[in-house]
Amino acid sequence: MTKIKTVADLKRIKDEVQSKIKLRENSDHPEQIVQVKVGMATCGIASGAKETMKYFVDELEQQAIDAVVTQTGCMGYCYAEPTVEVTLPGKDAVVFGYVNKEKAEEIIDVYIKRGELIDGVIPITFKTIDD
Amino acid sequence: MTDYKMHLLICGGTGCKAAESDEIKKSLKNWIDELGLEDDVQVVFTGCFGFCEKGPIVKVMPDNTFYVNVKPDDAEEIVKEHLLKGRPVQRLLYTDPVSKKAISDSKGMNFYKKQLRIALRNCGFINPESIDEYISRDGYMALGKCLGELTPDETIKEIKDSGLRGRGGGGFPTGLKWEITRNVESDEKYVVCNADEGDPGAFMDRSILEGDPHSVIEAMAICGYCIGAENGLVYIRAEYPLAIERLKIALNQAREYGLLGEDILGTGFNFEIDIRLGAGAFVCGEETALIHSMEGLRGEPTFKPPFPSVSGYLGKPTNVNNVETFANIPVILNKGASWFSKIGTEKSKGTKVFALAGKINNVGLIEVPMGTTLREVIYDIGGGIKDGKGFKSVQTGGPSGGCLTKDFLDTPIDYDNLIKAGSMMGSGGMIVMDEDDCMVSIAKFYLEFTLEESCGKCSPCRIGNKRLHEILENITNGNGKEEDLERLKLLSNVIKDTSLCGLGQSSPNPVLSTILNFEDEYLAHVNEGKCPAGQCKALLKYEIIEDLCTGCTLCFRNCPVGAITGERRQPHYIDQSLCIKCGVCYEKCKFNAIRLS
Ligand SMILES: Cc1cc2nc3c(=O)[nH]c(=O)nc-3n(C[C@H](O)[C@H](O)[C@H](O)COP(=O)(O)O)c2cc1C
Ligand code: SF4
Repeated sequence: MTKIKTVADLKRIKDEVQSKIKLRENSDHPEQIVQVKVGMATCGIASGAKETMKYFVDELEQQAIDAVVTQTGCMGYCYAEPTVEVTLPGKDAVVFGYVNKEKAEEIIDVYIKRGELIDGVIPITFKTIDD
Repeated sequence: MTDYKMHLLICGGTGCKAAESDEIKKSLKNWIDELGLEDDVQVVFTGCFGFCEKGPIVKVMPDNTFYVNVKPDDAEEIVKEHLLKGRPVQRLLYTDPVSKKAISDSKGMNFYKKQLRIALRNCGFINPESIDEYISRDGYMALGKCLGELTPDETIKEIKDSGLRGRGGGGFPTGLKWEITRNVESDEKYVVCNADEGDPGAFMDRSILEGDPHSVIEAMAICGYCIGAENGLVYIRAEYPLAIERLKIALNQAREYGLLGEDILGTGFNFEIDIRLGAGAFVCGEETALIHSMEGLRGEPTFKPPFPSVSGYLGKPTNVNNVETFANIPVILNKGASWFSKIGTEKSKGTKVFALAGKINNVGLIEVPMGTTLREVIYDIGGGIKDGKGFKSVQTGGPSGGCLTKDFLDTPIDYDNLIKAGSMMGSGGMIVMDEDDCMVSIAKFYLEFTLEESCGKCSPCRIGNKRLHEILENITNGNGKEEDLERLKLLSNVIKDTSLCGLGQSSPNPVLSTILNFEDEYLAHVNEGKCPAGQCKALLKYEIIEDLCTGCTLCFRNCPVGAITGERRQPHYIDQSLCIKCGVCYEKCKFNAIRLS
């Protein structure tokens, strides 16, 4: 990594990262790029989030679905762990709860591939500082 | 890909399920099929919307219409009017209690404004192991702004103006603490982040470090710049391996980018952060004990003053702040003190993160503006009490806090109100209890924790709490007397007044608050030998109801201590002096002939 030496450098990195994310969103084949975030805090991992994440990575790759699977922190819905947020291109993010292997399979087959919602969506109940 | 034009989201949370949301879904689907809309509209169950008082709830997307108190019979109207003709069903809309107007777009509902994520802004949003993602969300911009544009005094003024108070329990004004540490002359100073988090049931700080470690690192560097320190230490318990790992990764990334180390952002400011592991003792969260523990000494508190700001780690001025306190700093500097100070109540600004636990449906991590009421937290966000039971009490402030009754449900949560109500903010644990919880046992539970965790340095805490515990033990065993209540109060007050550190000074709070708020329950134990919640085993009595007993001898054969006697085909009898209240007979009896009283 190159060092950030000035505030201008910092802003440049910020712009770069943001445009990378934008690019991901507005790429040539938007229908193919899916973002999956798995809640991997202690609560999630204790409920099996690691297995869930691995399943998503392996399965999406095997089915050749163009997707980015990342980990993230606690979304706050500890009662419904593991939780997974899926963003289909051009759509709002949707959070699913209790995502074990079977649920993950259903999410891939029904939501990611066909765009149909499935039972178990968790309503987002907070505002962020950007709202 | 099926392209649905509309989605109907039906709450499938426990509360709404109990209120026929299954039937509603069926009925909606029937009407949708009937009218041939099945390719355009999809119906799904969701998790709890956290608005259970008004359930069952049906939300229509994409127009965000939010229907409340929906009944299966309403399905026809929703489908025919709203889905087919695009006219929302007015009578099912939520009416704002203040303006009395029906609200169709749920984004305008107050309920959506209940949670505001400031300290948790990035938790569950960014990848905590990616510094780039943190930077993309304005990460390290506040540090850049301070180093480049603001003097330490200007930065401190901004923090002071924001009204931020410490989130570790005490609620001391953060800007003032920084100023005090800044004004002490010394060749060396330290910034310490308190990530000990010893409250049973609390996991706010852990979640922040696991979900957004850079926010704490950035804030510590800003603090270093303000007070004139070049070294920071994070004191974290070894039981938090994931938080430690993520913090280490984050520290390395910050070093690689030069955001920690020497000459940060070319401004000549140097700052480094080290990690110190704690063994997980509650008392080590107390700042003087924490400092001794970091110095390699026993984790015992010492008398204040001198405060750490004057003489702390290695005798140098040390600024100790909590994880959540730090996590607020970058946002305040990016968005401005006046933005922050608009949120919250007069004397408590901003938000507070709570770990909701106990007999509540939506156990989890929440962040609400100060001034939110306990009712909103428990019913609107927490989804109400588990299994439809009645609310009894909510405990805030952990072992140093108190138990509040339903009379306090409408109290706005802030530092001062909670203290007035006989509890305290503490670090943010919030444990909800229902009608099955015995308040005497709860007080005993917290004291057991205190006994375990007291460092033993001073006698009021070491011996006094032991005596308190003995009295409570007697009461729950059925050997209490009414005078015990006075003794508990007297002893509690002595412990509060004479203990050396905050642990001892606050340890009797659970006892005092339960006596104050649930005196009748204590009296039932000592005067009538009864535990109203049916929790205190020693006070339970198993009895055979003669009329129902068939004399099958099953209980007789199963009782491990031979307390049951009786002839075959004749009613049996339990000898109370032998019974050990194990409950085996109660479980075995096929005729419901055994009664608990
Ligand atoms: C027994 C005891 C335990 C404490 N545990 C913690 C803790 O786990 N985390 C914490 O931040 N503060 C804890 N504190 C408060 C600290 O002493 C100190 O006030 C706090 O870290 C200061 O940070 P703040 O001003 O940002 O709240 C504890 C205090 C006492 C008396
Ligand atoms: S009050 Fe308790 S924990 Fe604090 S110094 Fe005294 S014995 Fe130790």
